Amino acid sequence: MAISRGFQGRRRDDVDPARVPPGQYVTRDFPVLSAGPTPHTPLTKWDFTIRGLIDEPVSWTWEELLALPSETITVDIHCVTKWSKLDTVWKGVSIDTLLDGTETSAEHVIAFCDGGYTTNLPLADLTGGRAWIAYEYGGDPLEPEHGGPARLLVPHLYFWKSAKWVRGLELLYQDTPGFWEYYGYHNYGDPWKEQRYRGD
Amino acid sequence: MAALDGNAIAGTLVAVFDTELTNAIGACARCGRRSPVGEFAVYLRGPGTVARCRHCATVVMVIVEAGRVSCVDLQGLEALEPAA
Amino acid sequence: MVEIVEETARTKSIAFELESWFGHRAGQHVDVRLTAEDGYQAQRSYSIASAPEDDNLVLTVERLDDGEVSPYLVDELRPGDRLELRGPIGGYFVWEAALGGPVLLLAGGSGVVPFRSILRHHQAIESTVPLRLLYSARSLEDVIYRQELTGVAAKGAVDIRYTLTREQPEGWQGYRRRIDEELLGEVAWSRSEQPLVYACGPTAFVETAARALVALGHEPGRIRLERFGPTGG
Repeated sequence: MAISRGFQGRRRDDVDPARVPPGQYVTRDFPVLSAGPTPHTPLTKWDFTIRGLIDEPVSWTWEELLALPSETITVDIHCVTKWSKLDTVWKGVSIDTLLDGTETSAEHVIAFCDGGYTTNLPLADLTGGRAWIAYEYGGDPLEPEHGGPARLLVPHLYFWKSAKWVRGLELLYQDTPGFWEYYGYHNYGDPWKEQRYRGD
Repeated sequence: MAALDGNAIAGTLVAVFDTELTNAIGACARCGRRSPVGEFAVYLRGPGTVARCRHCATVVMVIVEAGRVSCVDLQGLEALEPAA
Repeated sequence: MVEIVEETARTKSIAFELESWFGHRAGQHVDVRLTAEDGYQAQRSYSIASAPEDDNLVLTVERLDDGEVSPYLVDELRPGDRLELRGPIGGYFVWEAALGGPVLLLAGGSGVVPFRSILRHHQAIESTVPLRLLYSARSLEDVIYRQELTGVAAKGAVDIRYTLTREQPEGWQGYRRRIDEELLGEVAWSRSEQPLVYACGPTAFVETAARALVALGHEPGRIRLERFGPTGG
């Protein structure tokens, strides 16, 4: 492999290494990565649903989601394609708020999205203040190319788990691989253990 | 983000299949539409590469390079024929 | 890398002497991979600007302000530097004599790069296949290969037309707008002549061209497209 003299790329090198998981590089940009075309669901037709292993599915319209208690959080995000972005600011509704009052025996969840994308997670990783449905980024409404109007935000896992254009959560009896998990990515995806691919 | 086309993955396809494929004709398993691989809608630089039928947006090809192993899924293709 | 030629304020043509190369076909591209000392890598595709008959491999790179690879290639690369290339790549977006014509090339911005290879190859083999280029650029200053294209057009073998979409010099007689069905209708051969059409450039340009050509009755199977992404290059 030839080293390209003087090539640095667009990385930041002024960060505390303790904040950077193994194998990651810190970027100032916010790369747009997608498996398909950007969906454009009108807000009047948009809703978010929790369904599956619960007594009754529960849904919120866009207005109802925005009316829920929200949080503004600053987190670091890590994409499996090796870029990390520090101190990103989001506003959204905690999944704890959405699950409040819901009883389930499910331990697994699959998030489903406009465009057909899915990703699976343990329910435990969506609770305890670790996950949100985010609709603002950097103080502005979340742009479609970054998952707007709303995306799942689960910063402690690789960012493919923070599903763009999320429309709901299905509470599962049995763990089921989502889109990238099916194609060989790690079922859990902890960046600090560098769990990129199945078997890592 | 507007998609690129199969030309953008020509190199990846050679690395995986050891042959030039952009001229090959692929038939979408969902809508049946036939088009050169060079015309597929391609989404790059994500965790993997996704090629979709330009007419019905169904996923026709997924390529994941996991370390030294390439995982290729062509389930969305009904047929893949070399160029005439 | 052996030579750098400035084409426009933001674009340079870079010539390489290759350790092993088996020739290429006009229209193909290479994948350039850069590796930093700590192993970080970035990779981009660049169309080959040189003809198969030319001595050195030439890539023309437009410097994107927020780019990662293009600023390195345009600003940093020095004679003697080595670069890792994979290729030549591509079988769909190529032209060679066996494919016949007449040939219509539609270039949007840096989409003209693979067409330089086709034009030079066409000339090198002394092809009599009718060839026409419509080049869409923001202004005359943004036209890449301007001198070379003027020379080619003066020889009369290739018909070259421009549309300058943002700024035109005084007295400009050419087109002054983004391509549309009417413009293409005037420039393209009629559908009965069944031209082979190549369109290359930003995705929006290529898709507008394709839609317009189909609306004009051209056979989709005779249209080949190469999309460069939203900003081209």
